[in-house]
Amino acid sequence: MSALHWVILSPFLFALIIPFLFKYVSKIHTGWFVWLLPTALFIYFMNWLPVISSGQVVETTISWIPALGIDFTAYLDGLSMLFVLLITGIGSLVVLYSIFYLSKKERLGNFYVYLMLFMGAMLGVVLSDNLIVLYVFWEVTSMASALLISYWFHKDKSTKGAQKSMLITVAGGLAMLGGFILLYQMTGTFSIRTIIDNVDVVQASPLFVPAMLLILLGAFTKSAQFPFHIWLPDAMEAPTPVSAYLHSATMVKAGIYLVARMTPVFGGSNVWFWTLSIVGLVTLLWGSISAVRQKDLKGILAFSTVSQLGLIMSLLGVGSAALTVGADDPIYSQAILVAIFHLFNHATFKGALFMAVGIIDHETGTRDIRKLGGLMTVMPITFTVSLIGLASMAGLPPFNGFLSKEKFFSAMLNVRNFEAFDVGSLGFLFPLIAWIASIFTFLYSLIMFFHTFRGKFEPSNYERKVHEAPIGMLISPIILVVLVIVFGLFPNLLSYSIIEPAKQAILPTVLPEGEQFVVNIKIWHGVNTELLMTLGVVLIASFLFYLMHRWAKLAIYNRERDPFNWFYDNALTGLTSGSQWITRLQMTGLLRDYFAYIFTFMLLLVGYTFWRFDAFAIDTANTSVIEPFMWILIPLLIGAIVTIPFLNHRITAVIVVGVIGFLLALLLIVFRAPDLALTKLLVETVTLVIFMLAFYHLPEMRKEKFTPRLNVANLLISIGVGVMMTLVALSSAALGNEAGYESISDYFLENAKELAGGYNVVNVILVDFRGLDTLLEVLVLAVAALGIVTLIKLRLKGGEDV
Amino acid sequence: MEILMSITVGVLFMVGTYLLLTKSLLRIVLGLILLSHGAHFLLLTMSGLQSGTPPLLNLNSEAYADPLPQALVLTALVISFGMTSFLLVLSYRTYKAFKTDDLEQLRGSADE
Repeated sequence: MSALHWVILSPFLFALIIPFLFKYVSKIHTGWFVWLLPTALFIYFMNWLPVISSGQVVETTISWIPALGIDFTAYLDGLSMLFVLLITGIGSLVVLYSIFYLSKKERLGNFYVYLMLFMGAMLGVVLSDNLIVLYVFWEVTSMASALLISYWFHKDKSTKGAQKSMLITVAGGLAMLGGFILLYQMTGTFSIRTIIDNVDVVQASPLFVPAMLLILLGAFTKSAQFPFHIWLPDAMEAPTPVSAYLHSATMVKAGIYLVARMTPVFGGSNVWFWTLSIVGLVTLLWGSISAVRQKDLKGILAFSTVSQLGLIMSLLGVGSAALTVGADDPIYSQAILVAIFHLFNHATFKGALFMAVGIIDHETGTRDIRKLGGLMTVMPITFTVSLIGLASMAGLPPFNGFLSKEKFFSAMLNVRNFEAFDVGSLGFLFPLIAWIASIFTFLYSLIMFFHTFRGKFEPSNYERKVHEAPIGMLISPIILVVLVIVFGLFPNLLSYSIIEPAKQAILPTVLPEGEQFVVNIKIWHGVNTELLMTLGVVLIASFLFYLMHRWAKLAIYNRERDPFNWFYDNALTGLTSGSQWITRLQMTGLLRDYFAYIFTFMLLLVGYTFWRFDAFAIDTANTSVIEPFMWILIPLLIGAIVTIPFLNHRITAVIVVGVIGFLLALLLIVFRAPDLALTKLLVETVTLVIFMLAFYHLPEMRKEKFTPRLNVANLLISIGVGVMMTLVALSSAALGNEAGYESISDYFLENAKELAGGYNVVNVILVDFRGLDTLLEVLVLAVAALGIVTLIKLRLKGGEDV
Repeated sequence: MEILMSITVGVLFMVGTYLLLTKSLLRIVLGLILLSHGAHFLLLTMSGLQSGTPPLLNLNSEAYADPLPQALVLTALVISFGMTSFLLVLSYRTYKAFKTDDLEQLRGSADE
């Protein structure tokens, strides 16, 4: 166990003591204790930053299931570094924020346990080199996410949202597991490092594309890519700190992480490039358009997150082209740089915005933009924070969002010049879609800003007196917007400390050993296409906003719910009603049906075995003689048996069954089994007596009323069973003779006298050799007798239902 | 003889199964009796019939009938007797409690 392993496990271990802290130290808000952990971890990882920035990696392994090639390998490189800093850094800010957001009356114990579970699992995802370990942590994040979404489980929407996110992300996770197993099939290892080293094997394999698509399915569901994005807006039912942490900064980026991590394996292929680019761009456009229609502030941010995740995804797709070129060509590899940079920027400004929305919700009691307005003067600090966050999201200088938006445009413009992947004339679509989506991004930023902070303040819209939030709640968003400004003005603080090592990790084969990517982010590039595009975005979006009072009346604007929910809702109800239908079909509650299933299955199984092993055999040579009187006895017996189903009088039926029993006893004498015959006679007599006693109380038998179809089915099944048993009897006798096994009966015949001193071998077996069996048999009889006595004697009290 | 008995066993199983598939509790009890008859004779038949004398050592015979299946069947015989009696009383009790022996009416409700 190295320090890194302990770091991954520390949130889980800490989660164990949180309930006790909550219960016994109720004076202090539990969040203060929890806050220490992410902060400490953040400082710990910051200490590693210089090491990682210099291009080194940390790798330690402990064996977990070596027989299956599953080792718990912790691996820290540039890409993991970026994520662990986000997880611990934002985590610490979110916990701090939550201390003021959630009152001490809430079930804080549960909340922080879930949050710590999530944090540990997320650290595990980004620090695991082993795919199976990664998968396990991946599913734990889904679980923790669902638990946090349903934190206020008394609300119906919360549980529905949790269920939705769980179903979608876990289904994707399972697909991803399938992809991982295919990778194992190809390479024989679960280690990502080793798979990247054997990338030739993977790329030559026919399983390459299936594995890729399955893994992408996992990434797309987790990162809320079109058309799986529908769970993210519903996840906004979670407490706002959770939305800021899981559903904008970290968990939804796990898919991005996976795609980045897998780029060295799958990148450079046609399918990878097109799938990521198309899905990313469609998500970007769809998310930004849908965000405009939202009336709930968190709804806007949710769709905005969807669209920004699409942006990053498309950049990773475009950037994967660098792996085909072989050398570092900025035209191709720049997109990866932008993806990393924007990932970081998005976490800062979106985190700040979520927290600001949380403050508004907390202080005013509503998030509906139709009710809000004029908060600028009432909540000046929240206003400032939101202004900066929104400006950064919209892509205005001098904030970091502007830089990544500009870089995004230029990366997309570069696609026009791609020679790989037959981009050709389709290249112009990339910047075009990016530009249109940016217009909508700007538009919803404007809507959020003007409808919340400008306009007239209407105190009657709110249930409480509105005022600025306490300072503690404002600390975290202020820190984040300070970062937004700092990285906007001095982006190169990040260049070689975080961005370059992460890019190295995503594109390990592009550069020769020891060289570094050139990362230079500048605010002012002169007047170029990108700047003109930004100007166009600002102008058109402002114009659209100016016309809003006209298009706001359109029906499409007022329909908030994403149309893709239709598929999910129908699939879910269809699944429930479908399984109910199937269950009702088979679980009829009628004994007859269950017996029919059992017999049919038995018939199929034995029939298949007969057919498969060609097991039918009949032995006519080794049979004993049929004595003449048998020709009377056996037909009589068969005749008696066959009449029973036709009898409708209980007395007749009992007598016929008795006749059968006595005939069989007669047969036993012929078969040299005197003890059996004796017992049989006794048993049959007593049975007959009991029958008579019971029949006295039972109703007369009725004719069976079955539909002809059921009757035919019953007949077929019973004839089948009869034929099957005959065949089994014949074949086992014949095959037994053929095999010529030595019978163990000889042992009893030889030893009955010597060891047990008895002449009647059957009796000796029963009372001596297998005496314990007989004892237990007596026990069975005793239990049956007890049951009978109870059933007869027990009188249930008057009103009691049986 | 073995072939003839195999067929008889088959008939026992066939009629037993048919009775099991009916709706009347009584017929089901009868069916189970026939099924257990079938099982006992299946065991006996498979070990070979009518060879030698009964397994009584004081007969001083050259060959005895196989004692092991007989011991097994003896056990089974007693157990199936216990089961039959219990079933009979159970159906008696069921009839007392529900005033019907029709399984169609005794089935559980759909929501159970």
